[in-house]
Amino acid sequence: MKFTSVVTAGTAVVLALGLAACSGGGGEGGGGGDDDVAITMLPKNLGNPYFEASTAGAQEAAGELGVAVDEVGPDAASPDAQVPFINTAAQQGVSALVVSANDPTAIGDALEEARSAGTKVVTFDSDTEPQFRDLFVNQASAEGIADKQLELIAEQIGGAGEIAILSASANATNQNAWIALMEEKLASDYPDIELVETVYGDDDDQTSFDKTAALLQSHPDLKGIVSPTTVGIAAAARYVSTSEYKGKVAVTGLGTPNQMREYVEDGTVEAFALWNPTDLGYLATQAAAALVAGDITGAEGDTFEAGRLGEYTVGADGEVLLGEPFVYDASNIADFDF
Amino acid sequence: MSLLRRREAGIALALLLVIGVTTVVQPGFLFSAGGWRDLLLTPAILVVLAVGQAVVVITRNVDLSVGSVLGLTAYLTGRLFIDAPDLPLVVVALAAVAAGTLLGLVNGAIVAFARVPALVITLGTLYVYRGVTLTWAGSDRIDAGDMPRAFLRLGTQQVLGVPVLTIVAAVVLAAVAHYLHTSRGGRQLYAIGSDPAAAALAGLPVRRRLLGAFALGGALAGLAGVMFAARYGTVSSGAGTGMELQVVGAVVVGGVAIFGGSGTVAGAALGAMLLLTINRALPVVGIPDFWQRAVVGALIIGAIALDRVLATRRSRRLAAARDADPPGGTTAVGPAAPGPDHDRTRTEEATA
Repeated sequence: MKFTSVVTAGTAVVLALGLAACSGGGGEGGGGGDDDVAITMLPKNLGNPYFEASTAGAQEAAGELGVAVDEVGPDAASPDAQVPFINTAAQQGVSALVVSANDPTAIGDALEEARSAGTKVVTFDSDTEPQFRDLFVNQASAEGIADKQLELIAEQIGGAGEIAILSASANATNQNAWIALMEEKLASDYPDIELVETVYGDDDDQTSFDKTAALLQSHPDLKGIVSPTTVGIAAAARYVSTSEYKGKVAVTGLGTPNQMREYVEDGTVEAFALWNPTDLGYLATQAAAALVAGDITGAEGDTFEAGRLGEYTVGADGEVLLGEPFVYDASNIADFDF
Repeated sequence: MSLLRRREAGIALALLLVIGVTTVVQPGFLFSAGGWRDLLLTPAILVVLAVGQAVVVITRNVDLSVGSVLGLTAYLTGRLFIDAPDLPLVVVALAAVAAGTLLGLVNGAIVAFARVPALVITLGTLYVYRGVTLTWAGSDRIDAGDMPRAFLRLGTQQVLGVPVLTIVAAVVLAAVAHYLHTSRGGRQLYAIGSDPAAAALAGLPVRRRLLGAFALGGALAGLAGVMFAARYGTVSSGAGTGMELQVVGAVVVGGVAIFGGSGTVAGAALGAMLLLTINRALPVVGIPDFWQRAVVGALIIGAIALDRVLATRRSRRLAAARDADPPGGTTAVGPAAPGPDHDRTRTEEATA
């Protein structure tokens, strides 16, 4: 451990010395044209299929924009593991850093240093505190997630009947916010759908599985289960797929394609939602390029063109919203691997 | 001692009561195809773990690492399916059981040779084994699509209305119960738990037996890992977290004294079935989510309190019998009935 960190530090020093000269020269030359824009992509950790998908999106955007994207990152997603990579990128004088933060504050100092050296910082997927970055590309809004899940379940149960929610833990902030929004929306827009119970699977496979069984038994007329958590939806689908409720009770919510592939293929699950990480990486890179080019500054109301995704507007606190959650079903699930 | 007065009968009765009441409220709990299957299937994994834990607890030890061993072997099972898709199911299952045995042996070796309390050692290995899984799996996860369909089908398949996993659990239970009650090694485990010092003085192979008990506990946790992968179809690095407490709860509710020397694996298995059936019954009868844990906790405390009451009553009776009879009379009671009650009696005699 000690040895590795000494080596890392040594490498960083050598890089710093070697690249300080380069970046000095590059900075002057780069002021005129933007043909040598270099963007560093820093996911939470490497080897994570989710971030492989977002990096693929970043590469796609880079190809269209004619900029270079380089992916670096730690092996494990620990709070300060990203700091050396941020320092190195700053010393290299990269034009922009696209980061999914492992911690909202732990990497703040390093990011500030990078920004003072002229690097633009865009966070995606997981934000830092707003003062540490120029833009945050947000994958989904609470309203978007709540609306999409209701839309899916309403479609799958034919617009009427009893539904239940299988959530994560009872104090999960995100899930509770989405559930509250869904309850509001149900009351106002879906009068024929009745939410009979909300149970908590604690984001544990086994607990979620058993809660699903209990739900189905205590509510014989249940038409659908919405699970706004990836663990819950997979457990519910697994239970339903091997029970007599398969094909009779709809399961939807937020899931990842790899977890849900089996159940979409065997017909237990018709469709589920999540943002598309490829689009997220694509948009983050487009936003970073727009910042570097000076098209936007990150101020509220700035607009920029993001290739195939169209035009985006920067919202409050420097946030750019990717859009509605993406719907995965039998027709497109094979295109994703995360 | 009549069958009805045995501890196991009490738990079985409580189990039947829970099933009966819930079925009256919601007939599907027992009479629907899914209800019947879940009733038998849900406790299968915990029963296997509880049998292993009971063997360890009987020797006056405890294995808190079983949840982590289950997580590690469940992940190993999934990993083998991905990395070596040509391996037959049986080989994969045996590999996981072997891995569990090894992890159990590590626990056993430290406990037996370093003479450190098992509570501390296995609390340590709980974190070590979980750490290994976390490092190995990272944010990766085994999904249902990664495992062969035939394997996943085992998780829910039924033979003559009885789920395969339940049959596995029943076979494990019968084999271990038979060993504990009939073999010399099994009886020695009780003797070690009753009084470790006396067992050592009597020349029993204490270390070898302890190693064996922990290895068996590990092997069964490994088997439970395979069953977990088959049943839930998803294995993340957190699989089995917190299960050790459920297992110890099941063993205690099942009448295995936490200070060793008495209890049966059948009781532990019934305890596991009771705990999980209550878990499933409470939401069906409409007890709110937040109260369910409290009810389970009350049940565990109730079981321990009952144990205590029974123990003091019996020791008072034994003391009275001792005072009435001249010494020598008690020896007639001793070897009369080989079985759990015999061991319980002996423990109480020792403490009285």
